[in-house]
Amino acid sequence: MTIHVPNVNHRFDPLTINRLGLWLFLVSDASFFIALLSSRVFVSGTSTPDEINQVLGLSLTVLLLLSSLTAYRAEVAAENNDMSHMKNMLLATMGMGILFVFGVGYEWYEALQHFPPSTGFGTVLFTLTGVHVTHVATGILTLGFVYFRVRKIETIGDNLFAVEGAVKWWHFVDVAWVFIYPTLYLLK
Amino acid sequence: MPLVRGVIYAAIGFAIGGSISLGITNMTGEDYKEPMIVLGYVFAIIGWLMGVGMWKIWGREWFGKSTVNDPTGGWERYLKFNTDHKVIGIQYLATLAVVFLLAGLLAMGLRAELADSGQNVFTKNTYNTTMSLHGIMMIAVAVAAVMGGFSNYVLPLIIGAEDVAFPRINALSFWVVPPVVVLLLLTPLFGGFDFGWTAYPPLATQAPIGGLLFELAFLTFGISSILGGLNFIATIITQRAPGMTWGRMPIFAWSVLAASIISLTATQWVAYGMLMIIFERVFNMVFFSPPGGNALLYEHIFWFYSHPAVYIMILPAFGAELEIISHFARKPIFAYRWVVRAFAAIVALSFVVWAHHLFTSGMGEELAVPFMVLTELISIPTGIIFLSALGTVWRSKLRLKVPLLFALAVVFNFAIGGLTGIFLADVATDIALQDTYFVVAHFHYTIMGGEMFAIFAAGYYWFPKITGRMYNETLGRIHFALMFILYNITFLVMFIPGTVGMNRRVAEYPPEFEAMNLIVSIAAFGLGLSFLPWIYNMLNSWIRGPKAPDNPWGAKTLEWQTSSPPPLENFKVMPTVTGDPYGYGDESVVHARFGKSSPSSQAAPAEGD
Repeated sequence: MTIHVPNVNHRFDPLTINRLGLWLFLVSDASFFIALLSSRVFVSGTSTPDEINQVLGLSLTVLLLLSSLTAYRAEVAAENNDMSHMKNMLLATMGMGILFVFGVGYEWYEALQHFPPSTGFGTVLFTLTGVHVTHVATGILTLGFVYFRVRKIETIGDNLFAVEGAVKWWHFVDVAWVFIYPTLYLLK
Repeated sequence: MPLVRGVIYAAIGFAIGGSISLGITNMTGEDYKEPMIVLGYVFAIIGWLMGVGMWKIWGREWFGKSTVNDPTGGWERYLKFNTDHKVIGIQYLATLAVVFLLAGLLAMGLRAELADSGQNVFTKNTYNTTMSLHGIMMIAVAVAAVMGGFSNYVLPLIIGAEDVAFPRINALSFWVVPPVVVLLLLTPLFGGFDFGWTAYPPLATQAPIGGLLFELAFLTFGISSILGGLNFIATIITQRAPGMTWGRMPIFAWSVLAASIISLTATQWVAYGMLMIIFERVFNMVFFSPPGGNALLYEHIFWFYSHPAVYIMILPAFGAELEIISHFARKPIFAYRWVVRAFAAIVALSFVVWAHHLFTSGMGEELAVPFMVLTELISIPTGIIFLSALGTVWRSKLRLKVPLLFALAVVFNFAIGGLTGIFLADVATDIALQDTYFVVAHFHYTIMGGEMFAIFAAGYYWFPKITGRMYNETLGRIHFALMFILYNITFLVMFIPGTVGMNRRVAEYPPEFEAMNLIVSIAAFGLGLSFLPWIYNMLNSWIRGPKAPDNPWGAKTLEWQTSSPPPLENFKVMPTVTGDPYGYGDESVVHARFGKSSPSSQAAPAEGD
């Protein structure tokens, strides 16, 4: 741990301060996604090409929502000190996350044939999914680091925020997709 | 040496990122240069941060290893990833002072070119690059000198905290700034960028590689700004000393909170603007070009940040100005609560005024009048802040020290800046004045006359606290007199060619504007020279100045109740806030008591108070 001067005058424990910091960051990042969503309407209006793979879009959405469920279970398990369940749920979340990344890869492969980045819809599709999948990748990485840290411990102890923070970030990424999915796939 | 290590790691990072990119472009057959620079830069930044010390203090923790953080030491503590907010404040101020002087030299170059109507100093392209560099470097100074420099140094002290809420994020927010400066200074070697600091497409998407470096620099700077804002909000919410209620919080802390909210949420938009340009350049996307794309998208997204950004610059400047006026007038801040409400109103309104930059852009005409009204509404809260400054001065016995002189100059200059702004917010007059020197003069009156004068006020005011030494009052007065007079000549005269239609951002202009421009140029050179006494004063006083007492101004706020410069933990004995910070003239009002209920073991006698 860091040898920082102990903070003697705070009225807030470190967990609360960390939670506040994370929430502020989520507010800030949400602002970025609002900018992304507004540019979709600006560049390609509300039209969605017929070639878009609706089955794939729906599957990706279901997959990510399921992964949020397992992430939630991991957090609950951490709060209840159920280490083995927590680790399994973290692994399951990461697994679904990786599957999602491959799904987006396939989405791009199809999109390159129908609407490459040099078209209006392609521009917004690649930008929105690209920024989002980068967030997913950071989420997987964060979960991976947390998993690495908690893989051998008996009780959660000081690592509660590590799990909680990673899971909250995962939920945020998930909610962002809940807005991106209708914006890209369902607008008519 | 952390700096050397940082550079080496950055080079390794660039090599790794660049090779990955080269591998990909080799397969797809695209042009290799710009993708290589972008990906290489991303890896280089990570390498740089890890090299300057983030790895030791932070990165090891991610892999379950122990971390070491020692923010103490001699001068070398300023040259590494340091979590002490006072060190970070000085790092920001020193870096930005250099950037400010460089950008000032560029401005003198521009004025040399504009002294007569022909072309003499620059070619058209180098003129545009110089103009653009001057703009973006000064914008960086304006955003970060007060939000990064003074806020970092003063905010935790003024609210009685030991440090900011997230010291490591704070260090991170500084250490991405040096790459920004390096990138900007490199741009002339890569063809420069000729689109001003606003980077409108299609100029920006067609500019040489220098333009790409500019976009990467702006993006990186945004990260610094977002993380800084986040940190200050969390600090103000969680780190105030016991007893410091919202109503007892010094006005400077309020202004930083207001600016931080804007910086946290709006900066994302300019980051997206830069990202769009980079995507259009690297992936051939069509945000701004047909089919589908539209350059107006950029202008909306850019100004959605960049108009609020001027409030990031000016709000903490107002906070510092009111702070200084109150302490030197020995009177409480007039209408303190109304000023806080005005800050809140400005934050809210700042998000709904951006399109006044687009009156002549071809956006929907039905938007013009609503945005005109909203923009003019913002003069009401600004006026309240103004009245507060005047009300504090009213019937007081002013102690005319250098910080107060600069703070009063803010009132004078910003009055001119604010009044000329009305003509630019008004659609009918803006259509004629848009893109002329009237805009340049107006902007310099608000940001240089308003904010930079406040920064100099803050610099003189907190100099004894930061360095532990006193500056030379006479040299300070000479600096003030020269800067105030020459500044006003430069920019007052500049309004005149603007009103008769002289365009900005041109190296050549019609000869009938020559006389006015010659006056502006001569005054501008004088203005540039007026910083020489400041440089000498700052450096000489820091090294050889007389030792400053802990509280040379007799101010009541907390930063003056500790030693100069403060110890690592800021207060040897933690303060408990018991009253108003501006209770001058009423001896029964005590802002803070020391030594009660302090769990600190190495209890020392209370400083000051």
